[in-house]
Amino acid sequence: MAFNRSLKAAAFASVATLAFVAGPALAEEPKQGGTANVVIQPEPPSLNLGMVQNAPTQMVAGNIFESLLKYDTNLDPVPNLATEWEVNEDGTVYTFHLKEGVKWHDGEDFTAEDVIFSMDEMLRETNPRLRVNLDHVEKMEALDDYTVRFTLKQPFGPFLGLFEVGTVPMWPAHIYQGTNYQETADDNDPIGTGPFKFEEWDRGSYIHLVANEDYHVEGQPYLDEIYWHVIPDAASRAVAYENGEVDVLPGGSIENFDVPRLAEMDNTCMTTKGWEYFAPLAWMWLNNREGPLADKRVRQAIMYAIDNEFAQEVVWNNQGRVATGPVNSVTRFYTDDVTDYSYNPDKAEELLDEAGYDGEEISLLPLPYGETWQRWAEAVQQNLEEVGINVDMEATDVGGWNQRLNEWDFDMAFTYLYQYGDPALGVTRNYISSNIEKGSPWNNVAGYENERVDELAEQGAVAFPDEKRAEIYKEMQQILVEDVPVAWLLELEFPTIYRCDVKNLVTTAIGVNDGFGDAWLDR
Amino acid sequence: MGKLSFIARRLVKGVFVLLAIVILNFLLIRLAPGDPAQVMAGEAGAADQEFIQQLQEKFGLNQPLHEQLFIYLKGVLTLDLGWSYRQDEAVATLIFERLPATLLLTGTAFCFALTFGVLLGALAAARVGRWTDSLITVLALVCYATPLFWVALMSILLFSVYLGWLPGFGMFSVGAGYTGLEFVLDVLRHLILPALTLGLFYMAVYTRMTRASMLEVMEMDYVKTARAKGLAPGRITRMHVLRNALLPVITLAGIQAGQMVGGAVLTETVFAWPGIGRLMFDALLQRDYNLLLGVFLVSSAVVVLFNLVTDLVYTFVDPRIEVS
Repeated sequence: MAFNRSLKAAAFASVATLAFVAGPALAEEPKQGGTANVVIQPEPPSLNLGMVQNAPTQMVAGNIFESLLKYDTNLDPVPNLATEWEVNEDGTVYTFHLKEGVKWHDGEDFTAEDVIFSMDEMLRETNPRLRVNLDHVEKMEALDDYTVRFTLKQPFGPFLGLFEVGTVPMWPAHIYQGTNYQETADDNDPIGTGPFKFEEWDRGSYIHLVANEDYHVEGQPYLDEIYWHVIPDAASRAVAYENGEVDVLPGGSIENFDVPRLAEMDNTCMTTKGWEYFAPLAWMWLNNREGPLADKRVRQAIMYAIDNEFAQEVVWNNQGRVATGPVNSVTRFYTDDVTDYSYNPDKAEELLDEAGYDGEEISLLPLPYGETWQRWAEAVQQNLEEVGINVDMEATDVGGWNQRLNEWDFDMAFTYLYQYGDPALGVTRNYISSNIEKGSPWNNVAGYENERVDELAEQGAVAFPDEKRAEIYKEMQQILVEDVPVAWLLELEFPTIYRCDVKNLVTTAIGVNDGFGDAWLDR
Repeated sequence: MGKLSFIARRLVKGVFVLLAIVILNFLLIRLAPGDPAQVMAGEAGAADQEFIQQLQEKFGLNQPLHEQLFIYLKGVLTLDLGWSYRQDEAVATLIFERLPATLLLTGTAFCFALTFGVLLGALAAARVGRWTDSLITVLALVCYATPLFWVALMSILLFSVYLGWLPGFGMFSVGAGYTGLEFVLDVLRHLILPALTLGLFYMAVYTRMTRASMLEVMEMDYVKTARAKGLAPGRITRMHVLRNALLPVITLAGIQAGQMVGGAVLTETVFAWPGIGRLMFDALLQRDYNLLLGVFLVSSAVVVLFNLVTDLVYTFVDPRIEVS
C-alpha cells in the first residue's frame, strides 16, 4: 500500500516537475549551441564537490557532478540519477532504482557501487553536515548494479530530501576506491556524470566547462560551454554585466543597491527562484549564556525593537521577507502561528524596564560579507539604541568572525544559514542543547537550552508520517519564538540577474547550482 | 671588483633581512584571530569540532608554534614555500603562475609613471610660474589626491561601459582563442586601464618630486655659472639640472617599484587582474598562512632587489657616488 502510494507520489512529483521545468519553454524549441558567461565569486578553492562543500564550489561543480535526485521549487523530489524510488510502510527502507546507461566523464558506467562508495565511504568522512544525517542509516546495499537499498535505524523524515548534489554528489568508485582520495582528488580533473565536463581552470581568471556529449538526458545540455569568470570586486561584477561581458549574475554576486539599476536594463530578467532548498534565513545570534541577553525579556525586547520591514525595504531593496521565527516560510513544516514580534519600540522599552536592563554595553558583530551587511548592522544598531540598548559595534574579517563565534566571544552577531528544505536538516541544529559545542559557527552558538525543544527536535526527525512531524515542529516553533534564543531578521532572497535570452536557467530548488543542463540560448 | 663585492655583501645582507621578515610575518599572521581550518570549516556551511580537528591535523596546525616555524623555515631554506591550505596547491606554483601578470601590470604602470612623471615635472620646472606649470601642478595634485579605487571604477565606466573602447576586467578575452600577435594586442588592450590607474598616482608623485628637485638645483651656483657661460637653456636643463635633480626621484622610484609588486591589490581586485596582489588579499582573508607568507617573501625579495638596483643606478646617474 505504502509502496504504491510512494510510487504514485514520485510519479506525480516527476510529472509536476517536468511541467514546471518545461512549462515556460514548451512553446519554444530549445536551441543548441552557444556560450554562457557567468560570474563566480569568490573563486572556489576546489571543484571536488564532496571534498569541499562551500558555495562557489557547489555553484560550478554542481554542473559537473550529480546526485540521485533533484528538487523542484516546491521541494518535491525529481528523478535524476535515480529514476524511481520506493519507501516501505514504516519509512525505514528506501530503495532507489538507478538510471541505466549513465556514463562518467571518463566513459565508465555509473552503477550502484558508485552510490555505496560515495555515501557509505567517502562522504561520511568528508562532509560533516551529511555525516550527522547518515547516522540514521543502518546499512546501505547494492542489490544489483542499478538498485540501492538504504535501511534506516528508525524513520528519518527528511531522508528523501538529502539527495541534493551539494550534499550527496556521486563520486566515481573506479577512480577513488581504495586510494587515499584526500590526496588523489585532482582539482584539474573532476570526473562526474553531469551535463558539463571540466575543461580548464586558469586560477584567478576563469573556469571553463564544456558540454558532455554523452550526457544521459537526451538532447542535453544545449549549451556548448560555460565560462565562470572570477571577478573579485562587486562593483566590477555589476559593470561586467552592464558591459555585456557576462550573461548571468548568480544571487549574491552584486551589492543590493546595484540590483534595481541592472534589473532595468534591456534584455535583463531577474528571478528570486532557485533558493528554495537552501532557504537562507538571517538572524542575530544572542549569547544566552550571560549578561543582559541571558534574560528572555531582553531578547524579546530586541525582537520588538528591530524594524525588519525597514531593513527589507531599504537595506535589501525590497528583496526577501520578514522572518517570523526559526523556520523559513518556504521550508517544510513552517508555521506562522507563533508570537508576533512586529516592530514595537514601546513594548521593547517596557520589557527592558521590566528586566531591569541598566544600559550595560552589548557588543554587535556584523557579518563581514560586504556593504549590505555593514549597513544592515548599522540600521539594527540604531533601532536598538533608540530603545535604550547600549550597542558597541565591532569590526572583524571572516577569520575573526569565525573565531569569535567558535569561541562564544560575542553578545550579538549577524549570520545567515541555509535550511536545506527540512527542519531536521537545517533548523534544529541551531537550537538543541546537544549541539552546544565550541568550534563551529553553525551549531547552537547562542547556547540556548530547553529540554522540551530537545525532545521535539528528536521526535520530529524520526516521526512518521509528515502530519505527525508537522504537529511536532509547530510546537517547537512556538516555544522557540516565545523564548527568542536568537533574533530572527529576514528570509533572504538573492536575485539571479541574467539576459532574458538565456532560457530555462532556474529550473530547480537550487537554481544555477545545477541549472545549466536545462539552460539554452535564444540567440 | 669593488662593485662586485658590494653586490655580494648586499645580497648576503638581503638574505638575512628576508629571514627576519619571514619570522616576523610568521608570528604576526598568527596573532590575527581565526585560522585556516576555522575559515574553511566555516565556509563548509556546517562543521563540528571533529571536522576542524581533521583540518588542523592535515595542515599541521595542531603542532606547537615553534615546531611549525622550524618546519616552515626549513622549507624556505630549501626553496619549498609549502602548500596552500585552501587552494590545495604548492605555494610556489600559485605565486609563479600569478607573478608574471603582476610584473606586467606594475612594470607597465611604473614605466608610465616614471616617464611621464619626470617629463611633466621637468616641463613644469622649466616653465615655472607659467600656465603650463600651474596646469601640471593641478593635474598632479588631482592624480595624487584621488582614491585609486574611484579612478579605477570611473575609468571602467567611461572607457568600458559608456565609450566601449576598452575591456573592463581580466587580462585577456576569455574564450576568444587569440594566439600570437592577436593575443599580445588583446592583453595590451586589457592592460591599458589598470596600468594607467595604478600609474597615475605614482606619476603625480614623480612629477611633484622632479619639479621640486629641479627648482632646487636651478638655484645652484653651477647652474648660474652655466647660464653665465651662455649655454643654451635646453642643454642646461637636460644636462645640468635634470640629471642632478633625478637622484631623489630614483631613490623614491626604487623603493616604490618594489612596493608596487605587493601593493597592486586594489587595482588587481577592481580590474580582476590575476596577479599576486589579489592572491595575497584572498590569502589574508582566508588565513591561508603559507600562501600569505610566500607572497610576502616574494614581494620582500623584490623590494630588497630593487633597493640594490637603485644603489647601482645611482652610480650611473651620478659618477661622484661610489658603491664600494
